[in-house]
Amino acid sequence: MSAGPGNWPDQLFETLKRGGIRQIGYVPDAGHSRLIERCRADREIRDVVLTTEEEGVALAAGAWLGGERAALLMQSSGVGNCINMLSLSRSCRFPLLMFITMRGEWEEFNPWQVPMGSIVEPVLELCEAAVYRVQAPDEVTGTAERALQHAFGDERIAAVILSQQLIGRKVWTK
Amino acid sequence: MKLERRAAMATLLADRGDDLLVVPGLGSTAWDAAAAGDNDRNFYLWGAMGGAAMIGLGLALAQPKKRVAVITGDGEMLMGMGALATIGIQKPRNLAVVVFDNGVYGETGMQPSHTQSGVDLISVARACGIGICLDVRDEAALADLAGRLKRLDEMLFARVLIAADEPPRVLPERDGVALKNRFRAAIGPNP
Repeated sequence: MSAGPGNWPDQLFETLKRGGIRQIGYVPDAGHSRLIERCRADREIRDVVLTTEEEGVALAAGAWLGGERAALLMQSSGVGNCINMLSLSRSCRFPLLMFITMRGEWEEFNPWQVPMGSIVEPVLELCEAAVYRVQAPDEVTGTAERALQHAFGDERIAAVILSQQLIGRKVWTK
Repeated sequence: MKLERRAAMATLLADRGDDLLVVPGLGSTAWDAAAAGDNDRNFYLWGAMGGAAMIGLGLALAQPKKRVAVITGDGEMLMGMGALATIGIQKPRNLAVVVFDNGVYGETGMQPSHTQSGVDLISVARACGIGICLDVRDEAALADLAGRLKRLDEMLFARVLIAADEPPRVLPERDGVALKNRFRAAIGPNP
């Protein structure tokens, strides 16, 4: 596999595989589409499409109770849907590894994305998450490895913010 | 005659076996499960309202050789009703979601819930693709459900119609880390 800048979702997938992730909960986002595709095609990973992101927080807790590692994929707007359920992770110290694709922060066309996008990081920090921001493709693997270690080694919440700059702007006219 | 909740829980959990893992939803169903006999394989919820069924899903997928029973209330299930859609397309064979439905929010002063006004969780579960959806209204149906839990091999949903009473609280451990660690230790050395 080439390590070109456009391949960061594949690198992220390989990192999750090496990290022993067996369940992926997600609400689809365009920025995660390649990663979701890879997870869905993988026989060892159970992909669980969610109706709302907070379901994934509970899914990951159940997975850990049963000895499996889960990861949760969402767009920045989904962080707001998780807040109360993060009490589960915090009260019980469940590992929670989140990958959040950003909207509303860079070359955003849709102003409705800005209110939640602008508070993702402080909200996560208030919820005692370790927040890791990725700006460039060559940072993805190393950052994901650190987040994996924090989440599962220390049984804590780790949130990797995949910046809008990394993902690229959404194309609105086709 | 509606079923009495404590007796119903005791029936479902009698002779449960070491391979039954139970996730009681917050509030009355947690007290009911504690009253039926504390067990390291109970992961009582003291919060996370709306999350019980999804915890059950993650657990059932992680432990396919064990049986998982989520036993929760109608209010808790209503808050996470989307989970039935999520679970309905996963259909783990070893998962049962059992709702003790008394039509009220018992912990907060017996305010009526949606189920009292016609919202039918059995129809919701069926519409979400869950193949076995049981309406448990009497002792015979309860005994049938208890039997199905013992030999669980297909995802099931059950609504157990219970009386809206409030038996004395039996409070289990409430330290989440302790509950998590004892549960994980009970099901294997490195689960």
